[in-house]
Amino acid sequence: MRLNELPLECQGIIDHVAPATPADPIARRLEEFGFVPGEPVKVVAFAPFGGDPMAVEIGFTRFALRRSEAARVVMQPPQDSAETLNALDPALHTAPPAQTEEA
Amino acid sequence: MTSTLPLRVALVGNPNCGKTALFNQLTGSRQKVANYAGVTVERKAGRLTTPAGRPVQILDLPGTYSLNATSPDEAVTRDVCRGVYKGEPAPDLLISVLAATNLRLHLRFALELRQLGRPMMIVLNMIDAVRKQGLEIDVPRLQAELGVPVVTAIGVKRGGAASIVQALDEPVPPPPTPLPEGTDLHAEIRRLMALCVRRTSTRQPQFDARLDRWVLHPVWGMLILLVLLFIMFQAVFSWAQPFMDLLQNGMDQLGEFVGTLLPEGILRSLIVEGIIAGAGTVIVFLPQILILFLWILALEESGYLPRAAFMLDKLMASAGLSGRSFIPLLSSFACAVPGIMSTRTIQNPRDRMVTILIAPLMTCSARLPVYALLIAAFVPSRTVLGLFNLHGLVLFALYAAGVLSALVVARVLKKRDTAEHPLLMELPSYRVPGLQSLCIELWQRARIFLSRVGTIIVTLSVIMWALSSFPAPPAGAAGPAIDWSLAGRIGHLMLPLFAFIGFNWQICVALIPGLAAREVAVSGLATVYSVGASEGDAATQLAPLLSAHWSLATAFSLLAWYVYAPQCFSTLAVIRRETGSWRLVWVSVAYLFGLAYLASFLTYHITRFFTG
Repeated sequence: MRLNELPLECQGIIDHVAPATPADPIARRLEEFGFVPGEPVKVVAFAPFGGDPMAVEIGFTRFALRRSEAARVVMQPPQDSAETLNALDPALHTAPPAQTEEA
Repeated sequence: MTSTLPLRVALVGNPNCGKTALFNQLTGSRQKVANYAGVTVERKAGRLTTPAGRPVQILDLPGTYSLNATSPDEAVTRDVCRGVYKGEPAPDLLISVLAATNLRLHLRFALELRQLGRPMMIVLNMIDAVRKQGLEIDVPRLQAELGVPVVTAIGVKRGGAASIVQALDEPVPPPPTPLPEGTDLHAEIRRLMALCVRRTSTRQPQFDARLDRWVLHPVWGMLILLVLLFIMFQAVFSWAQPFMDLLQNGMDQLGEFVGTLLPEGILRSLIVEGIIAGAGTVIVFLPQILILFLWILALEESGYLPRAAFMLDKLMASAGLSGRSFIPLLSSFACAVPGIMSTRTIQNPRDRMVTILIAPLMTCSARLPVYALLIAAFVPSRTVLGLFNLHGLVLFALYAAGVLSALVVARVLKKRDTAEHPLLMELPSYRVPGLQSLCIELWQRARIFLSRVGTIIVTLSVIMWALSSFPAPPAGAAGPAIDWSLAGRIGHLMLPLFAFIGFNWQICVALIPGLAAREVAVSGLATVYSVGASEGDAATQLAPLLSAHWSLATAFSLLAWYVYAPQCFSTLAVIRRETGSWRLVWVSVAYLFGLAYLASFLTYHITRFFTG
């Protein structure tokens, strides 16, 4: 599963970033932005006109990226990441899952 | 400790770390904005004197996420930090600015800088907001772990940079020892975060998430964007008008006043019609530019601008651009000058170039007088479909023609460009823009506009004045004076070329002053047809005259010409200033001239075909 397939308000854990070419500047920038293995990421919005680009959250930071860029981010399978997500300290890594009753 | 040579420090940090506010706070108005030699990256430098009397020179380097540069401004930061930038000596001290609220992201770049092994200091900016996140940072511990001085600051609060100034009085710290080559910086960040960041309350920052739920919403977000854009347009067009009228009157009166002081003759003509009138055409735009920039700066500082780019990315992608091009293009409807100036927010150099090239195709407000005159003279005022006025429809069609052409041109220009241009960007936390910082930034823009662009425009309008005043008509000569001048002769010389698109020599002559500023074409026509002097009178008297003298095909051809109208000098001057080269200036002159000619040619012949 890739980041671009993650549904709205869903959280997952990054497995790794797969560069599209050997020296992929986008993959490198993703890593600099903190898209690194083990990091939890949450989808916070999809843009109008077809849901591309998308907005995601890592820690306290939000990023906008096109789906083709998000496709470079390979996610851990959901069943593996559920436990890790619960064990994470939300203060240091990411905000807790959204309070869905608000929506 | 005092020394005669100023201490050279450089502010380095991620975008959105609040570096600019800090820089403005540290240097106040004692700053100088210029460009780095050979590139269009802005070089901001300022001075301050520490309490102990040590002079310090501060360089505000462009914000970047890493030393792996992906754009020209990031390359400048990289090279200055490494001390290899030509013409810029290595800074004595790097001040790495981090948003304390976003340590996880910003520590990475700080660690990367630390690896350079140069004397450095770390500033945890926005330290006040950390508590609101329910967190606490153990600063002494962080300092011990990093082996470099760590101080805290609040960039948006008066006196919030005091600890930095104090630290600058200390001797320059020894350079840190870099971590072993190949250390995983992200692992190091996790270690530091676990050691130095503590949770003090269960409170969670919800503000951004709540606001983004509306702002990034496909429907509500679009609505918010439209409302913001509507208010912006309203502000630029109507709020600026009284100030513009005031300035115009002021300049007119100044011209008249100076006119009474000087004896009739060349000197008076030069000063009144050349210099004062030329400067007037520039200064009149100042209110529009200031309001537009205040708006754009506020949107930028508040963190909204990247979100607008996010909302519009798909739309702009259809023209091969990214969402970031939207605001500059929108601004160009008021005037291409501030529009082109605001392309600075586009990081990708190629996107920026394409945006600058198509910005003049957005119908600017200076074209309105020309459109208004020709529409009033040639288009019957009829109601279409019981709802729309034909005048309004024609005007709308002219605007639409500009926008559609811009999209086509952008597509063509980006066609050969197959590289993937990422959108990938940070959506920064929302912030209330600091008033002081906003004022300083606004002042910088105003100064750039008035001094750099102004000097070029005044020079060109003096040349224009000379062309249309010399040689003077012989005593007792019939016809308007401009017909005898060089401009008149050039107009006649242009005729063979422009006859194909239905222009007569009068139009050709009027096109020449129209280059200085498009709306001057109206008064140019008035001069040629020897009617009233001021613009308002001219338009009312001209309309019946033109409809009697010109064919419909000629009028439509001139309208089409002005959709593309090879730009006014102000636009060319600002393109030169923003791109730092004449190449793009010539490219845009040539392609707009070609498009204008083609469009007029087609319009003229098609209209003639139908009207017989």
